[in-house]
Amino acid sequence: MNDSDMQRPPTVPGHPWGVALRTFARRRGAVVLRSWPWGRWILIAMALTFLAVFLVVPLVAVFVEAMKKGWAVYWAAVSEPAAWSAVKLTLLVAAIAVPLNLAFGIVASWCIAKFEFRGRNILLALIDIPFSVSPVISGLIFVLLFGAQSRLGPWLAAHDIKLLFAVPGIVLVTVFVTFPFVVRELIPVMEAQGREEEETALSLGASGWQTFLRVTLPNVKWGLLYGVILCNARAMGEFGAVSVVSGHIRGETNTLPLHVEILYNEYQFAAAFAVASLLALLALVTLVLKKSLEWKVRRALRAGQEREGGPSGVPA
Amino acid sequence: MPLLLKRRTVIPGFGLTFGLTMFYLSLVVLIPLSTVFLKTFSSTWPEFCDAAFSPQALAAYKLSLGASTVGALVNAVFGLVVAWVLVRCRFPGASVVDALVDLPFALPTAVAGIALTTIYSKNGWIGSLLSRFGIEAAFTPLGVTIALIFIGIPFVVRTVQPVIQELDREYEDAAASLGASRWQTFAKVILPTLWPALLTGFALAFARALGEYGSVVFISGNIPLKTEIAPLLIMKHLEEYDYEGATAVAVVMLAMSFALLLAINLLQRWSRRWQSP
Repeated sequence: MNDSDMQRPPTVPGHPWGVALRTFARRRGAVVLRSWPWGRWILIAMALTFLAVFLVVPLVAVFVEAMKKGWAVYWAAVSEPAAWSAVKLTLLVAAIAVPLNLAFGIVASWCIAKFEFRGRNILLALIDIPFSVSPVISGLIFVLLFGAQSRLGPWLAAHDIKLLFAVPGIVLVTVFVTFPFVVRELIPVMEAQGREEEETALSLGASGWQTFLRVTLPNVKWGLLYGVILCNARAMGEFGAVSVVSGHIRGETNTLPLHVEILYNEYQFAAAFAVASLLALLALVTLVLKKSLEWKVRRALRAGQEREGGPSGVPA
Repeated sequence: MPLLLKRRTVIPGFGLTFGLTMFYLSLVVLIPLSTVFLKTFSSTWPEFCDAAFSPQALAAYKLSLGASTVGALVNAVFGLVVAWVLVRCRFPGASVVDALVDLPFALPTAVAGIALTTIYSKNGWIGSLLSRFGIEAAFTPLGVTIALIFIGIPFVVRTVQPVIQELDREYEDAAASLGASRWQTFAKVILPTLWPALLTGFALAFARALGEYGSVVFISGNIPLKTEIAPLLIMKHLEEYDYEGATAVAVVMLAMSFALLLAINLLQRWSRRWQSP
């Protein structure tokens, strides 16, 4: 294993979020293109213009459009009962989907990161599926599973169980769509920690459960939080999949993104952007938390390296 | 045939965690997803082909594939520039820019969709500028491409960035001291190392763009045969309770995304070998 391999935790195929977590390799003084000082400024200008046009302008537009008709209209749009019930439903859905996928994430990453077994790569690929399925198809599969035309449909109707076009359906698709987030962030962190610390704890007489709570969990807590934040952002913001199964009943099965769509399609643009600005704020909070977690992880890794005089934990 | 390869580990819980993982995975992902393929068996082969390859469906695939390709290409070029600047150049606000790159992941797609539509419509901030040159963005394939560029931005940047960080500057210095021009150094020394990551980022952005729905529906205008993307066609079939039609289009799209997923995995295996000889 060469030096560059030891600096980086192993990469996870198929998932770009994982990459972000390990971008804390050494940063060297920036003197590239030293023979061509202009080139550097041209590149910076290109990058910033591209990002300004495609990222900053849309973000600013959300807030400007939301405030266009004044504070009173904004407040009315945000505080009307339909918006309020959309906020509550969005929070409820996230409060169910995120803990479920968190629990699964811990269990699955323990299994995948701490053991070597047959079909490990196949399991990883299967976990990735929701990332590569179009949101509309994610909704479609639950319509096919529970809809009136399905095999389960008549049985569900006979027992008066309403899954589709109701809250349980929205929760189910959200769980599907956000399924890989926590696992995908936890596996690289757990792999980077290796097994030695757990093996030491076990050989000193700790039980499996104690080892997990006192050794593994503290080691991966930031990675865990990172996954939860990403999972939560997607759970609250999912649009396509939820749109298929929600039935769009105002005040009942409308999440915040769906409420934005309805207002927009009714040409209530200021109101639509007012509600959208809440979601944009959520996105900004997510980005700030994410960035500060990356700093934390980087500092923790650096501290670990100094303590041990080398990179902490060599991937198995 | 034992499932576990290394039996020597003292760490407990393999059976339990493996069982729970498979159970939850089957319940949430595998069983629901299998319904799409089971549903296709309920229609005959000619029926399936009629729905999956109708003129409207073919136009939708063409637009989805075309706009995703252009969007991912734009992202490959500018993503490389952004990643390069973020790693190698220091300028005020660099860490804010770095954080902002992930905005398309964090911003709900519906919000991005209505914001882009407003900006690029005829009297929007950028749309009014474009219309002066006779270019219409909103409700045209160009608008679809713009939305797909937006959602693909983080993919190339985040796959290429770590590779640039690992680049050894001594090779660039050596190339320069041996008389290579800046362009030669870039094309013959830097680019070959970045190729696998760049291709992976391109493929990831392309795959995401192919299935994208929320940010596109508003700006596309949804004109059949012209600005209708494949996911939207599925939505339309669903609204008409045409489950066979929706399933047929979905199966074609799933086949494309699984092929892409396979390609991405092979690419990453290739790039890992490339990086650690």
